[in-house]
Amino acid sequence: MKFPLSWLKQPLDTTASLDEICTTLTAIGLEVESVADRTAQLAPFKIAYIVHAAKHPQADRLKVLTVDTGTEKLQVVCGAPNARADMKTVLALPGDIIPQSGETLKKGVIRGVESQGMCCAADELGLSDSESEGILDLPADAPVGASYAAWAGLNDPVIEINLTPNRADCAGVYGIARDLAAAGLGKLRPLAIKPIKGTFKSTIAVSIAASATATACPLFVGREIKNIRNIASPAWLQQTLQAIGLRPISALVDITNFLTFDHARPLHVFDAAKIKGSLWVAPAKGGEEFAALNGKNYTLQSGMTAIGDDTGVLSLAGIMGGTSSGCDDSTTSVFIEAALFDPIRTAETGRILGIHSDARYRFERGVDPAFTIAGIELATKLVLELCGSDQTIVSDLVIAGSVPDSNRTISYDPATCAKLIGVDVPVPEQQKILQDLGFRVEGNPNKLTVTIPSWRPDIAGQADLAEEVIRIKGFDHIPATSLPRSGVVTPLALDMPLQRANAARRALADQGLLEAVTWSFMPSNLAAAFGGTNDQLRLVNPISADLDMMRPSIIGNLLQAAKRNADRGFADVGLFEVGPVFQNPTPEGQMMVAAALRSGQTPRHWQSPQRAVDAYDAKADALAALAACGAPTASLQITTDAPSWYHPGRSGALRLGPTVLAYFGEVHPALLQQVDTTSSIVASEIFFNAIPAARNSGTAKPLLKLDLLQAVTRDFAFVVDRSVTGDKLLKAVRAADKNLIRDAQIFDVYAGNKIAADKKSVALSITLQPKDKTLTDAEIDAICQQVVKAAEKIGAVLRG
Amino acid sequence: MNSPATSLPVTDLAILQQDLLASIKAAADSAALEDIRIAVMGKKGQLTDLMKSLGTLPPDARKEQGAALNRLKDIVTEQLAARQQELAGAALNARLEAERIDVTLATRPQADGRIHPISQTIDEITTIFAAIGFKVASGPDIESDWYNFGALNIPPHHPARAMQDTFYLPQQGDQPTLLRTQTSPVQIRTMMAQQPPIRIIAPGRTYRSDYDMTHTPMFHQVEGLVIDEVSTMSNLKGCLMDFLRAFFGISDLPVRFRPSYFPFVEPGAEVDIGCSRKGGELKLGNGGDWLEILGCGMVHANVLRNCGLDPERYQGFAFGMGIERLAMLKYGIPDLRTFFEADLRWLKHYGFMPLDIPNPALRGAP
Repeated sequence: MKFPLSWLKQPLDTTASLDEICTTLTAIGLEVESVADRTAQLAPFKIAYIVHAAKHPQADRLKVLTVDTGTEKLQVVCGAPNARADMKTVLALPGDIIPQSGETLKKGVIRGVESQGMCCAADELGLSDSESEGILDLPADAPVGASYAAWAGLNDPVIEINLTPNRADCAGVYGIARDLAAAGLGKLRPLAIKPIKGTFKSTIAVSIAASATATACPLFVGREIKNIRNIASPAWLQQTLQAIGLRPISALVDITNFLTFDHARPLHVFDAAKIKGSLWVAPAKGGEEFAALNGKNYTLQSGMTAIGDDTGVLSLAGIMGGTSSGCDDSTTSVFIEAALFDPIRTAETGRILGIHSDARYRFERGVDPAFTIAGIELATKLVLELCGSDQTIVSDLVIAGSVPDSNRTISYDPATCAKLIGVDVPVPEQQKILQDLGFRVEGNPNKLTVTIPSWRPDIAGQADLAEEVIRIKGFDHIPATSLPRSGVVTPLALDMPLQRANAARRALADQGLLEAVTWSFMPSNLAAAFGGTNDQLRLVNPISADLDMMRPSIIGNLLQAAKRNADRGFADVGLFEVGPVFQNPTPEGQMMVAAALRSGQTPRHWQSPQRAVDAYDAKADALAALAACGAPTASLQITTDAPSWYHPGRSGALRLGPTVLAYFGEVHPALLQQVDTTSSIVASEIFFNAIPAARNSGTAKPLLKLDLLQAVTRDFAFVVDRSVTGDKLLKAVRAADKNLIRDAQIFDVYAGNKIAADKKSVALSITLQPKDKTLTDAEIDAICQQVVKAAEKIGAVLRG
Repeated sequence: MNSPATSLPVTDLAILQQDLLASIKAAADSAALEDIRIAVMGKKGQLTDLMKSLGTLPPDARKEQGAALNRLKDIVTEQLAARQQELAGAALNARLEAERIDVTLATRPQADGRIHPISQTIDEITTIFAAIGFKVASGPDIESDWYNFGALNIPPHHPARAMQDTFYLPQQGDQPTLLRTQTSPVQIRTMMAQQPPIRIIAPGRTYRSDYDMTHTPMFHQVEGLVIDEVSTMSNLKGCLMDFLRAFFGISDLPVRFRPSYFPFVEPGAEVDIGCSRKGGELKLGNGGDWLEILGCGMVHANVLRNCGLDPERYQGFAFGMGIERLAMLKYGIPDLRTFFEADLRWLKHYGFMPLDIPNPALRGAP
C-alpha cells in the first residue's frame, strides 16, 4: 500500500514531520517499507518541446528529433513509437542519472547520428513498474523548461507500507489516517457525505441470483448518471495516481481508482449505453469467455462470481471489469457499481486466473460493508465535479440485496491487557484508544461492552482488543520479563533420537568427513535406483523436474554432491549428512538416518602411500557412528546382503540379530555410471534409531577386572578357500578354547601366485590370558594344537 | 719396569703422571681409553706393578711412596672417567647430528572433518533455550493440511496455502498432504500430546516452492512454544531478548518489538535487532538502524482450542525464526544458496570442528 504524504494529510490534520509519521506507522503495525522522496532523483529532468521529428536516415524505427529545452534546441535520436512533432515530453541531458537504470546518460552517436539527450518514458524515470509503451506525452499547457517533478507534483514523498492481511481498513488512506490519529499524531477530519438525490429512476435493473445473495454478493448498489463528458482528470488527480504508480486513464476510471485507495472502496464504472437489458450477478456456469480491461481473455470456471447483462458476462466480480462495457472518451452516461463480494471466492478466482488487481486485493481482505452506499455517494460527487455539467442528471440508487448487519459486540475485561500482555493500562486510557479507533465502548470498568466498527472484520475476541490497546499505546511499553527457570540446573533437552543424531554427526565429522545439508528431494530416476518408486512421495508441484521425489536414501544426494565437487576439480571428498529419508507419507514412514560417502583417493602424502577409498573406510565410518550412538559394536554380525545400490561383492550389513544397524560398501558401478562419475566411491548408511535402548539405565560402567598374569600371544598362518570369511575363521579359532583365548585378530591376508588361485593365506594372532597360573610351554602348545584343529574343521590348513 | 726394587723418585712420579694424563687426553675413543686403563691399572699395569713393589721398601719410604701412588691412581681414575664422559658426549652429539630430519615436512594426514553451520547453529540455539528449561521437539516433514495450516488458524483462502508457496504430495485421506512450510505443526502435535506447562523449541527442515537469490526450496526454522497459565507477552519479550543477546554474544543488543500479524497468534509481533549499515557493511549492535529477525506472538485462542486446550485457562507464546538467517548474520555467510551446495571449500571454511560443541559455560562466542 503506497500513498504520497500530501494524500495522507487530506484526512489527517497533523503537524507531524515525515520522520515522526513513519516511525509511528511502524510502531503501530503499519510497517514502513520504503519512503521514496523523488525530489532529488527527478530534479534534473525538465519539460521539453519536440519542434521537429524526422525519420532516421539509417534506421526505420528511429526518429531524429529537434527538441526545444526552453534555452536551446538539441538533436535527439529517439526510438519511441509515439515521438512526434509538436509534442511535450521530458528530456534527460548528458550527465543526468536515469532513475530506472541508475546509469549516467552520455552524449552518443546512434547509427551515425549524434544524440544530445534522451526523451524519457515513465518507467525510465521510475514512475511506473510496468514497461512504458512510449515517452511521456504531456498536455499542451505543460511549461517548457520547467522542472517536470514540480509541475507533475512528484516532489511529494511517497510512503509504502507493508500491510498485513488482517488490516483491510488500512488498504485505504483514510484508515491509515484513523490509526495515526488514534496514536496521537493529529486529528482525523470527519467525513461529510451528503446523499445526492436522484432525479430519475434508472432503466438498468440489478438482480442477484438466489445462490449468490448469502455470501458471494450480499449487496449491489448502482447508480446511473447521464449527460457527462469522460474527459481527462484534472492535474491533482492525475498526479495523485501517478505518485502511487497508477496511469491516469480518464476521469471516470481515475475516480474509481482514487476511491479504491482513498477509502479501500473498490468501484466499477460501466458505460451505461453498452449495457443491454439488466444486470445480473450470479455464479458462472463455467466456460464463459471474458475480455478483461487488462487486455487479456479469460475463461471462467464454475462458481466464479460474474456480473453480466443480456449479452453475457461483462465483469468479473470484485476483480476486474470487461472491455465490452468499459468507459472511454465517447462515454456520456455511466452506471456506477458499489458492491460487496466475499473474500474467499474473490481470492480463489483471482488466484486461479492469475489476476492481481487493486479491487481483488481489497475484497479478499474484506471491504467495509457499511461504506457501500457512502462509497457510491462519494463517487457520484466526484463524477459530477469532474465530468458533469448543468445537463447532467443522477438516478436514484439501484439496490439489490441488503447491507449485511456488521454490528458485533464483545464483552471485554480490561484486565485482559495485564493478564495477556503483562502491562496494566488504566481503563480510561484503554477506552480512549478503542474509541479513537472507532469502537463504541460502554458498560462498567470491569466488563466493557465493545462494539466493533464495520471496517474491522479482523477483531473477534478479547485478545484482539488487548492488542489494539497495546499496539496504539506502543509495544515499547511492554517490559521485558525473563521467563522464570523451573530449576537451577539445565535439564536434558534432547530425547534419545535427537541425542543419537547429534552423536552420529559429531562422530562422522571426527572421522574426517564434512557435513553437508542437501535437499530432501531428488530426481525420480535417481530415487528409483534406491528403491524409491512410491508415487505417494512424488511432489505434485516440484520446483523443477530434477527435484520431484522425496528421497528414499541420502546416498543419492551425496553422490550428486560428490559429482559436483569432482566437476570443480575436487574428486577426493568425504561427505556425510544426518537427515530424513522417506518410505511413505505417514509420520512413521519418515526416518532420520546418517549417511556418509567417500570418493577418490586418500590424501597424498610424502610418507604414506596414497590409495583409493575402499569398503573398509565406509565400514569404519559406520562403526564410528554406531559406537557414538551407543551400539554394541563388538557384538555386531556382518552379513553380505547390502541393498542393490552397493557393489554386491564389496559391501555388507551390520546387524544386531535381525535388525540392520548400518550398510556399507562400494557404491554399485552402474549407479556411478548413472550419476556420470568416474571416481571410486564408497558409502555407508547408519540407522541409529534402530539401535535398541541400553538395558541398564544407570550411570555406572561395568566393573573393570584386571588380569594379574601376563597374556601370551601366538601367530599362525592358514591357507583357506577364498570364500571363507575372516569372521568365520576367527570364530572357529576362538572356539578352540573359550576360557583361555581372549582375542584373535587377523594381521595379514595374502592371495597371489605363491599359492593356489582359489586359496588365500590368512595370518592371525591369538592372545591367551591365563587366569590363575602362568601357562607352561606344554600347555601353550596344546592350545595351539587345538587352534589348528579347529581351523582345519572349516578347511583351513596350517601353512608350512 | 719389570722389577724395579727401589722407590721411584718423586720427580719420576710426576713425569709418569704427566705422561699418563697426556695419553688419556689423546685417547680417541672408549677402546683406546680402556687400553690405557689396562696398561696402567690392569693386573700387569704400570701402577699395579709399582704398588706390588711397595713391600720391598723400607717402612718410611713405603708409606710415602704408597701415598704418592694412591694419589696418582685417584687422579688417573678420575681423568679416565672424565675422558670417558667427554667421548660419550661427543659420540652422542655425532649421532644426533646424523639423525637430523626435516621438521618442515607435513605431518601424516589427519581426520579434518567439519560440522555444517546449520547444525552448529541449531546446537547453539538449543543450548541457550535448554538453560531456560525448553525441550527440543521434532515432527515429520510430510504433514497434513490440518497440522500445517488448519490447526494454526490459517483460513482456507490464506495466500500461504496457494500452490506457488506450498509443495503438495498426492492427497492421503481427507486432508491435502504437503511438505510443512513451517515447523509450527510440531507445536500442534506437542499441544495435542501433552498437557501444559509446555516449553519446547522445534528446529527442523521446512519447504516452500521458491528458488532465487534469497529463497531456497528447503530451509530451516526453529519455532518455540510456551504454554502455561501465566506467561505473558512481557515474558515473550524477556525470553527473546535473553536469547538474542546470548546467541549473538552482544549483551546490550537493542531488541525492538513491533506489531504484526500472523494468523496463529494474537497479538502478533515482529522483532528487530539493532545494527548499523555504515559504509554498506552490516554490523549488529547499537548502530541506530534495525534488522528484522523473527516473528512471534501470544498463541491465538483458536489454536489452543484446536489442540483441545481451554483458552480461558491456558495462555502462552510462540516464536519462529530462520536458522540460515541467524547463521548468516552471526558468521558472516553472504549467500543462502551456498548452504546446500556441499562445496567442500565452503564446508571447510564455514564449518565447525567436530569437538567445537557449544557450551556457554565453558567457552564464549567465537
